[in-house]
Amino acid sequence: MFSDQLHFLAQLVVSGITVGSVYSLIALGFVLIYKATDVLNLAIGELMMLGAYFCFNLITTYKIPYIPAFLITLVFSAILGILLERVILRPMIGEPILAIVMITIGLGTVFRSIIGMIWGPLNYVFPGPFSEEPLMLGTIAVSHVHLWAMIMAITVMIVFLAFFKFTTMGIGMRATADDQDIAFLMGISVKKVVAVSWLIATVVSSIAGIFLANINLLNLNLYFIGLKALPAAVMGGLDSIAGAMIGGVLIGVLENLAGGYLDHLFGGGVKEVAAFIILLLIMMIRPYGLFGTKEIERV
Amino acid sequence: MLTLNNVEVVYNDVIAAVRGISFEVPDTAIVALLGSNGAGKSTTLKAISGILKSQDGEIEDGSIEFNGVRLNEKSPEQVVKMGICQVPEGRRVFDDLTVDENIRVGAFTRKDKNINRDYDFVMDLFPLLKERKNQLAGYLSGGEQQMLAIGRGMMSKPKLMMLDEPSLGLAPLVVKEIFNVIMRINQEEGTGILLVEQNANVALLHATYGYIMENGKIVMDDKSEKLIENEDVKTFYLGLTGDAQKKSYKDVKHYKRRKRWLS
Repeated sequence: MFSDQLHFLAQLVVSGITVGSVYSLIALGFVLIYKATDVLNLAIGELMMLGAYFCFNLITTYKIPYIPAFLITLVFSAILGILLERVILRPMIGEPILAIVMITIGLGTVFRSIIGMIWGPLNYVFPGPFSEEPLMLGTIAVSHVHLWAMIMAITVMIVFLAFFKFTTMGIGMRATADDQDIAFLMGISVKKVVAVSWLIATVVSSIAGIFLANINLLNLNLYFIGLKALPAAVMGGLDSIAGAMIGGVLIGVLENLAGGYLDHLFGGGVKEVAAFIILLLIMMIRPYGLFGTKEIERV
Repeated sequence: MLTLNNVEVVYNDVIAAVRGISFEVPDTAIVALLGSNGAGKSTTLKAISGILKSQDGEIEDGSIEFNGVRLNEKSPEQVVKMGICQVPEGRRVFDDLTVDENIRVGAFTRKDKNINRDYDFVMDLFPLLKERKNQLAGYLSGGEQQMLAIGRGMMSKPKLMMLDEPSLGLAPLVVKEIFNVIMRINQEEGTGILLVEQNANVALLHATYGYIMENGKIVMDDKSEKLIENEDVKTFYLGLTGDAQKKSYKDVKHYKRRKRWLS
């Protein structure tokens, strides 16, 4: 009896970590754009969904194998990211932040409608190359999709952490996030920084979108999962890349636990709101997030 | 050589901050631009480095040239690439970056192979920074942050370095140390220096030539040693009265003394 419960708990935690790592990826997209431009990109859920549908279409309609389709989708999202920045966001430089955030909401709605018009409100099963047989870690079952999602998420994050730590462009992006005026003075091209951060964010969110569509079903509600990454990002502190990653995993685990233990008490639905309740609680205790820094004060 | 010819700067289309100033900074020279708060010194630097546009300012008239190339319409990035760098006022370093990253980001516009050599030069100039390489810049002391800002500026390998009030808020001993380094940069690298200061004493001691700015205009300019001797400069900028003995407040009648250049 006892070991059964422990087993249940472990199962919830493990699948929570794997899904959470995908949330971390999306949260990374949020944080990147926020750090570079102070803009909260609320269209990221839709960008994610667009990537997933695009990849799905390549696989089913054009019969392209999974991995090439995946790579083509990345290229597509990179181009989309640059295009969005050029056409819609660059003219908005210098306008109030709130106006730009509203534009991202509008963008999200437009994308969602376009996807609805093209693919309709159906549920699709994403054709993945992942084996249906679960992988057994001791007695805990992990599906291949979950495992690959986690491996992918961790790889992407390591790549970006290295990018921010070791490349001139990465350091320049952090410098711009820190103090835009001085970044100008150092000759850092702020336009380039903004473009690169949009590019990275759209690419990362399509990766997340494809894996989420593999884990769940592909339908018009996928964008909502993107919104779950917002609590993850805010929780970790919007300006902390490491915080976003930990926040994502934390949200994944906690919502799984809430779903596993509380759902039957309330008759379902707890899992969906858990992320936002956790966010509320953390905001009350630490308004700047778990890892966010307000400003360094010298003593 | 940097040449400003009759430059006028206007903020928000109405407020004239700089009203027709002209001056020049010859190659490898140290030139001081003095003046009190709000004289337009910082605005002048912003006009040169090209960041006015992002702050609602505009060069209305006149021309800024560096070695014959017009700078008026250049972006900050292009100005840095041409070899002019500004070390901003108030030691604004990137708080969230380490000392090492702050210095490296100064070379953002460069692609050449000498970056490491210049990095070593900066570390040699400021041994203190070398010790704190991996610390966050936000936790450095004021003097160290000023050194870091100068070191970061040096990484763009400037032909002309514009320093905005490097002595601001620092202890006299630290000021001395920083000016020693500025002299070293000037002598060893042949970098021209445009020094914007309120601390006229220190500035004139190190510069070869000085311009005095008031209300957006240049009201006086001369060789440093002559400016130091000037009666008005002594009274209004150096805090000297000219007499050996102390005056009593009773006798000063400060309000009666007019600056000679305001006729």
